[in-house]
Formats: sequence, C-alpha cells, structure tokens
Amino acid sequence: MSPQILPLFLAVPLLSAFLFVIYGAIKKDNNGAPADGIFTKTLVILSPLMTVALAVYTFVSTSHLHTNGETSIVYTFGGWRPPLGIVWSLDAFSALLLLVINTLFLMVSIYSLGYIKKFTERHKYYALLNLMAGSMNVMALSGDLFNLFVFLEVASISTYALTAYGLSEDGLEASFKYVLLGSTASSFILIGITIIYAMTGTLNLADASRALADEKIFSSKAVTFAAVLMTAGYALKSGLMPFHSWLPDVHSSAPSPVSAMLSGILIKVAGLYSIARIFFTLAPFSKIEPSILVFLGVLSMLGGVLLALGQWDFKRLLAYHSISQVGYIALGFGLATPLGFIGAIYHLINHAAFKSLLFLNAGSVEYATSTRNLKDMKGLGSKMPVTSWTSLVASMSIAGIPPLNGFWSKLIIIIAAFMSGHYFAGGVATLVSFLTLASFLKVQRYAFWGENNKSEKTTAQSPSPSPKESPLSMTVPMVILALICVGLGVFYPKVRKIFIEPSAAAITNVAGYTDKILGSSK
Amino acid sequence: MINYFLVFLLFAVGIYGVLVKKNMVKKILGLAIFTYAVNLLWVLVGYKRDGIPPIISKGDLIDKSSLIIKPEVIAGVVDPMPQAIVLTAIVIDLAVLALAVGIALRIYDKTGTFDVTEIKKLKG
Repeated sequence: MSPQILPLFLAVPLLSAFLFVIYGAIKKDNNGAPADGIFTKTLVILSPLMTVALAVYTFVSTSHLHTNGETSIVYTFGGWRPPLGIVWSLDAFSALLLLVINTLFLMVSIYSLGYIKKFTERHKYYALLNLMAGSMNVMALSGDLFNLFVFLEVASISTYALTAYGLSEDGLEASFKYVLLGSTASSFILIGITIIYAMTGTLNLADASRALADEKIFSSKAVTFAAVLMTAGYALKSGLMPFHSWLPDVHSSAPSPVSAMLSGILIKVAGLYSIARIFFTLAPFSKIEPSILVFLGVLSMLGGVLLALGQWDFKRLLAYHSISQVGYIALGFGLATPLGFIGAIYHLINHAAFKSLLFLNAGSVEYATSTRNLKDMKGLGSKMPVTSWTSLVASMSIAGIPPLNGFWSKLIIIIAAFMSGHYFAGGVATLVSFLTLASFLKVQRYAFWGENNKSEKTTAQSPSPSPKESPLSMTVPMVILALICVGLGVFYPKVRKIFIEPSAAAITNVAGYTDKILGSSK
Repeated sequence: MINYFLVFLLFAVGIYGVLVKKNMVKKILGLAIFTYAVNLLWVLVGYKRDGIPPIISKGDLIDKSSLIIKPEVIAGVVDPMPQAIVLTAIVIDLAVLALAVGIALRIYDKTGTFDVTEIKKLKG
C-alpha cells in the first residue's frame, strides 16, 4: 500500500465539513433557514462511507505487515526527512483504531439523519461532526508530538461546540465546564511537550524516544515533571477518576449521537491511545507510567460504577459506566504485560461498540418519550422492539455475559491482573463486573420490561401519543452495532488473532517503530 | 532561571482565576492568562541572546560552490521551531477563547447571570 493514501483520512472529512458550511450558507429554504436538500443527505452518508472504505482497504492491505517483520508505513509531509518534518505512521494499532473510528462515524452519521431533524442549523452539526472524526483519524496516525496536540485541540473544540449544539441550559453549562477543564488539560499537555522539546530538541516521537534513552536526560527531574503534567492532561481527556467531573455532564447533555462519538471513541483516542502511544514509546515515561495507570484504573473502575448505581438519568448512568469501563482499559495498559495489552485493546474496541450502542438506545428512547428519567419509562419493550432488543444485547455485553464481547475482554484483563501479581486490582475488576450487571438489570427492568400501565393511567391527564419505534435511519445503526457486539464475542479466537494481537505487538515494539521512522540506528 | 519561575507564576495566576473566581468572565480571563504563560514558555525555550534570524543568505556561506555555512552563523541563529509553534498555539487559543466567550454569552441570555454558583443544574 502506498503511504500517499494516509492524508485522505483527514482530507475527506475536512472537505466535507467545508462543503457543509458553504452549502448551508448558500442554499436557503422559504423561511430563510438553511435547507438540507438531497446534497446534504448524500454527503452525510458519503463522507464516512469513503473513510470507512479507506480504513478497510488500509487494514486489509497492511495486515501482512506484522507477519513480514515490518512494523509500519510512514508518510512524510512535504518530503522532509523524518526528524525534520511532520511524520504520520501507520502500524497495526493505528489501522485498527482507524477502522473503529470510521465505522462508528458512519453509524453515528446515519443515526443523526433521523435524530437531528428536530434541531435547526443541521449543516453546522454535520460540519463539526466531520471535523471531529477527521481530527481523530489524525490522532491515530500522527507520529509528531505537536501535530498530535493540534489535532487533539481541533477535536476538543469541535466537541465543545457540539455539546452546546442544542443550546439547552444543560448543554451550555456542560460545555462551559468542558471548555475550562479541557483547555487546562491541553495547557498541561503543551507544557509537557515544551519540556520534552527543551530537553531533546525534537518533537518527533521516535526521535524523542531515542534522545530520552540517553542516560543523562533519562534521570533528569524535568522529564519526570513533564511526565506528571502529561499524565494529568491525558487522564482528564480520557475521564479517569480524579479528573472525571466533566464527563457525566458532557456525555449526558450532548445530543445522543455526539455522546456516542464522545464515549465510544474520543475519550479513548484522545486519552488512552495517546497515553499508550506516547508513554510507552518514551523510555523514562514507561518506567513510571504503569503504576500510575493501575492506580487510576482501579479508582475509576470502582468509583465510576458506585456512582452509576445511584443514577436515574439514563444517559448520566451510561456516562458513569464509561468512567468505570475506561478504568478497565487503563488497568490493562498499566499491567504492561502482553496479555494486559491484548485485554486493554480488546476492551477498547468492545467498549466502542457497546457503549455507543447504549447511547444510541438512550437517544432513541429520548426521541420517542422525550424523557431520560428511568422512572418515567417502564414497559417500552413492547412499544419499541428494536431499541429494546439491541439495548439488551449491549447491556449483556457491558455486564460481561459469556459469549458476548465484554465477557472475553474483561476475562483477559482479570487473568492478566492476577498473573502479573496485581491481586487487588483483579479482585476489584471482578467485583465491578457484578456491580455493572446489577446496574444494567435496573436499566432493563425500569426502561424496557414489564407492562406500560403507568402511561395508561396518565393518558387521561396528558393526551401524549404512546411511544413508538424510531425511524429506520435510527434503528439500522443500532442493529448493525448490536451485530458487531455479538460478532466480536462469538468469533473471539479469530478476532483476537486478526485484530488484537498485531496491535498489542505493535504498541510494545518501540525499537521497530523508531527504526522504521528514522532508519536503523546501527 | 528567574524567567522560567516568572512564567510559572503567571501560569499559577491563570489557574487561580479559573479555579477560584465565580464570575464566568473572570474564569475566561484566567484561561487566557495561563495559555499566554504557556506561549511565553515556548518563546523562552527558543530564546537566544543576540540571536540572528535563521535565514541563510549568500554571504553566510564559506564558499559559493560547496553550500557549507559558516560555523559562527550556525552558532548564532535562533531555533525557528518554537516561534512557528507559538503562532499555531496562539491561533488555537483564540479559537478556544472565542468559543468560551460565545458559550458564556448564551448562558447569560438564558439565566441572566454570570455567577457560576447560581448555574448548577448538573450534579450528582
């Protein structure tokens, strides 16, 4: 595969975002509001479809890399040799992430066609969504610290705006909170990058990795300071426990498709992937990072699920579970054993599948009943069969019912924890799995099961129409995501061999990564 | 060394504003101050006393055919990277600041107050 294809992962969404804004400014309907004609609807589907096609092509054509002993494909901007110019590199982990990001982007775009109908200024929503997906693609590819930071900021800014998109009071408050905390975290990350640059004179990740392996810099206190700052920044971006306070507000107040993108991929690509990529590549960081990640992981797992148990707002409950599940992934990375990496990466893609499905379910319920309170729902199962069944699949996945995907990844992480001697972490992970099951039994019991006798009583006072199933554009993505959840679990041995193991090997093969970008050191 | 200390003092002032002030506008000012501090840190990293711009003219070459640059020129030029990065960072900060001000204005339209202690619908 030619590396020239890689910039398209940014160019396609960026061009689409541009076209959305231009089209919305030119084409007005009778009331003077921007119209979304056949052009907008086609572009909404076409843009993610193209990136998905690119991601599938990239994944298939690079799947031989691992077996051939090669590690990555390198694209250099403007033809500058790697330590000088910006460099993008694609290895097995990046290819897997691109596949996850763009699949979810396609699902969310299709879902948005139905869901966003009740809002105005739709073309701006789609433009921001494309911007967010495109910048996440770059984060998965970039091998340059400042490039990574710039696109982290682009993704964050589009997320701040999307959170406030509905202009509800909740959304605005959550968005303001997120702007302040997110910018603070970004500044911490930028100071960390500054210190690394001052110590090594390079922003290239591979070059910095070699420079920091030098004994004199290795033991410097400044590098430890940079590591601490960057840990705090990225932990906030991924919503780990002491830094989590923005996450439940933002995820519950944003429009549901945006919540699905946020919870499904943003907190992982901007947070955990960056932690894994930067910190395991830079030698002094990888010394101190595992123990921090295990600590944060255990804290988030337990704290997130305990806070989730008491929630009655459907989306807020899901948001707290995101914190808890991100804790599992952080624990897996923190164990720093091959099995831990496999578990973490497997849980990362599983969580992207089932948590975004759950948020889409919550959006579907909100669309039909205009409430997020679980106490007001009851007995939606017979009224909304597709939503009910897909949410059952997702709930069983996240709770870890065997053969579904969540079971396998949690099992691997727990086994890896016990094998590496983290008995307490393994025990907590097992306990949290049961508490998750309890929490989702509550969701199923209150939202979907039982008879909907409550609404019959209240129909006398409020003649609101009885809830019915969402339109086709919203149910199709939910069904596809449910099938992905089942598929990732049932075909566990194949999934692990094709998707997970090459990625886990890629993230640990630091020497191969640096040699491919800079050329062999010997 | 004192320069770096002052930069971190400026950063601390900004963080103090974001953490402690109750008025949203003051919080945004705090945000602006600490992003300036980070930009200033980048400038300090790239600072060199009596540095010359990293642009090579014909007079800076040892001889015109071999394209080798005089060593005293190489020793004198400043590192252009921090300056390029600060420009990018300033643009990003501008975008964040504009968005934050926009959101704060919308909140003021809805609630009629800039006091964050009175805006607390989301908790628990």
